[in-house]
Amino acid sequence: MNRRAILGALFIVFLAAGFVCVWKLQAKIDQERSAMQLEREDLALRSPGVMKTLSLEYAPLMAALYWTRVVQYYGLKHQMHDQHLDLLWPLLDITTTLDPHLIVAYRFGSTFLSDAPPRGAGKPDQAVALLERGMQANPDYWRFYQDLGNVYYFDKKDYLKASEAFEAGGKFPGTPPFLKIMAAKIAAEGESLETSYALWTNIYQTTADKNVRKNAEEHLRLVKAEMDLRELNRLADEYEKKTRRRAASINDLVVTGLLPGQPRDPDGFAYVIGESGKAEIHAKSPLREDWLRERK
Amino acid sequence: MRNIRAVAANTFREAVRDRVLFNLVFFALLMMAAAILVGQISIGIEKDVIISLGLTAISVIGILIAVFLGVALVSKEMDKRTLYALLAKPVHRWEFLLGKFFGLVMTLTVNTAAMAAGLYAALWSVKHPLAPTDIYILVAVYLILLKLAIIVALALLFSCFTSPFLAILFTTGLYVAGLFAADLRTIQTIQMDPATLRLMQGISYLLPNFQNFNVMAAVVHAQGIPASLVWNATAYALLYSALVLVTAAVVFSRRNLK
Amino acid sequence: MAQAAIEIENLSKEYPYGFLHLKKKKSLEHLSMRVEDGEVFGFLGPNGAGKSTTIKLLMRLIFPSSGSARILGKSIDNVSMHGSVGYLPEQPYFYDYLTAYEVLDYFARFHGLAVSDRRERVAAMLKKVGLDTAKKIQLRKYSKGMLQRVGLAQAILHDPQVVVLDEPMSGLDPLGRREVRDIILELKREGRTVLFSTHILSDAEMLCDRVGVIVGGKLRGVGAPGELVDMKPQGMEILFEMPEERPNLLLLAKAAKTGNRFRVQLPDAELYRALDQLKSANAHILSVAQIKPTLEEFFMNLVEADRAQANAVDVSGK
Repeated sequence: MNRRAILGALFIVFLAAGFVCVWKLQAKIDQERSAMQLEREDLALRSPGVMKTLSLEYAPLMAALYWTRVVQYYGLKHQMHDQHLDLLWPLLDITTTLDPHLIVAYRFGSTFLSDAPPRGAGKPDQAVALLERGMQANPDYWRFYQDLGNVYYFDKKDYLKASEAFEAGGKFPGTPPFLKIMAAKIAAEGESLETSYALWTNIYQTTADKNVRKNAEEHLRLVKAEMDLRELNRLADEYEKKTRRRAASINDLVVTGLLPGQPRDPDGFAYVIGESGKAEIHAKSPLREDWLRERK
Repeated sequence: MRNIRAVAANTFREAVRDRVLFNLVFFALLMMAAAILVGQISIGIEKDVIISLGLTAISVIGILIAVFLGVALVSKEMDKRTLYALLAKPVHRWEFLLGKFFGLVMTLTVNTAAMAAGLYAALWSVKHPLAPTDIYILVAVYLILLKLAIIVALALLFSCFTSPFLAILFTTGLYVAGLFAADLRTIQTIQMDPATLRLMQGISYLLPNFQNFNVMAAVVHAQGIPASLVWNATAYALLYSALVLVTAAVVFSRRNLK
Repeated sequence: MAQAAIEIENLSKEYPYGFLHLKKKKSLEHLSMRVEDGEVFGFLGPNGAGKSTTIKLLMRLIFPSSGSARILGKSIDNVSMHGSVGYLPEQPYFYDYLTAYEVLDYFARFHGLAVSDRRERVAAMLKKVGLDTAKKIQLRKYSKGMLQRVGLAQAILHDPQVVVLDEPMSGLDPLGRREVRDIILELKREGRTVLFSTHILSDAEMLCDRVGVIVGGKLRGVGAPGELVDMKPQGMEILFEMPEERPNLLLLAKAAKTGNRFRVQLPDAELYRALDQLKSANAHILSVAQIKPTLEEFFMNLVEADRAQANAVDVSGK
């Protein structure tokens, strides 16, 4: 009996030691493989049609698996601050071919396909194609029209089509008046900060996807900052009218009573007046990069 | 050693006489059909298709053999009672298990080598002469063989203590889980408490990471495969199989035979 | 006292069963037994009594719940000891894709025989069990009797001192049984110890130096076949025929009748009176014989007693 206890203990120790070695080896292998960029950079089969045929009756399951790969892919790229989302469209293409009713794929896909880098792939045409496929397969799902409107408005800057999309969505029974309102506003004004803010807010409030919500939040912060900057510029113009010279700093505006205090951007950094006399985002603020990119 | 060798040789003989190697005929037909078809539809990536298809077939057929024959290694001997006479001889139970393991791995090696030859033949018929980078196909096949060895060990382990049906189920399940093991490590979840995250990580290391042995993408694109990766993968397969086999030996050593 | 070939001490085996494996079925209870060197020992018992269980325990195919055993002085845990033991399993089945020659050659490898030795031995064994002509045919084509012979061959191939046979005669025709009996006797002549289990009593009576009777997992008696039964004659038996027209004798009422034949058993004292009665009735006496108790009856009594006890236990609800 004693001998057995010793052997049993030895066995457990051996197993534990073995798995520690396995752990270490695995870490090394992981490193080597990612250096070779073997992971995820290629799809052995890119043809959605072939995938669908191969899946037999398990297409929805395969779609679900591919969907998880989409999320993983996006997450990984996002984590590594890698801007090249080349595989996003092929993955989504296969996913929605395998299961045309996977709504979440269309909604997530349209957001991150059309959004400009570094947040998305910057391919709004692909987003439109994806959404049109989604609308064809799911004609009752009116939110696609909203998504389509967002793509046209934000990334394609085609305000006519955007308004039409919102209009079409608003025609469905039971939709909130928001869509019709947006349709009218965009038809009248085209792009405006208020509209952008309203659209992003709506996305932020209604989406169930964490990634999409986070993305909307980031956009909202920028729009808010731009609205603040617009207001600051208006105040700076008033200052110029009053004093016949450009304001040199925010403090000038405060001193003259135009501002109650030092305003801060959504990240907490103070706004500044730049050399051109226009309001700017603080150099150290994380929003500055996004803001500069938007301006181009 | 001689006991292990005797069991291994007999296992190999059994596989041959049970006409397992006939699967090679199916593989040959598949490769021929592919070579011919691909020649007709000149799509510019003939080689890619042959290599991908060939490696996939080698992998799938290999896995089927590893799982089904692997489980049968022990369960068939127990069902048919052939084991009784054998274990009454001066042979340890662990020698029997190891012999079975090596016998099937040998069978798979022969089988896989033959398929690799067939793959090269198909490749040559589609585009000759072969490029020097085509040697990496052999590396890919070798890595597949390593993967198959782990699967055999797992099948052996499960068949030592569950019914054949369950053993097949568990082995297949572990194979699928093992494919996603790497993904478990890079899982993107925004709200997960650190304890669960560590648990997931731990499980991802415990599972057999079968993706370690997948270099199809590199081979198809004629990318080189560094020797260190091959060494590490070999070490991993050896170590993991050893752990599984030792566990199987321990489990089997106290099993009451019906 | 010379070292026993097989010593079993308090061997027990329980099997858990039922939902959650909480109940335990005792298939062997505290078996203690010795098989002496050079003797032929018969292990008798009905099906499920525990004979196979005991043998499998000895061969380390299953593990005891308690107790121990030794073969040739070495514990049954000792794997190398199996080199001196030959074993024929119950209803043997061997790799059907191999020929008899290949099977024996395969098994011979585990005994560490050199290649030339192996060839010799295998050839000799095949001849001994009469399979020389069939040696190149695959086992899947063999009859049951032939498989049994292969089993015997692999059991004695390595010249073992102790041979353990589990139901060696089962499923064989009378010719086959005779052959197995002959082999066992030959083994005995060669000075080996033979332990075999059977539920065929006549075989045991004929072959064994001693028998052990096991019923319901317990050893009920060990001894020479003659010792186990009370040798006192238990009366006389008369076999006779009566024509259709027969008087109403009390005797007839007690007799077992088959057609016109009657068989009646009675104590010694009543014999002559009965014969007179039958003579007066014009019966045709076929035979008069002494009733000798047989191993069979001893056996049947034990089985009955055991069953009664089991029923009693069931009824009491435990």
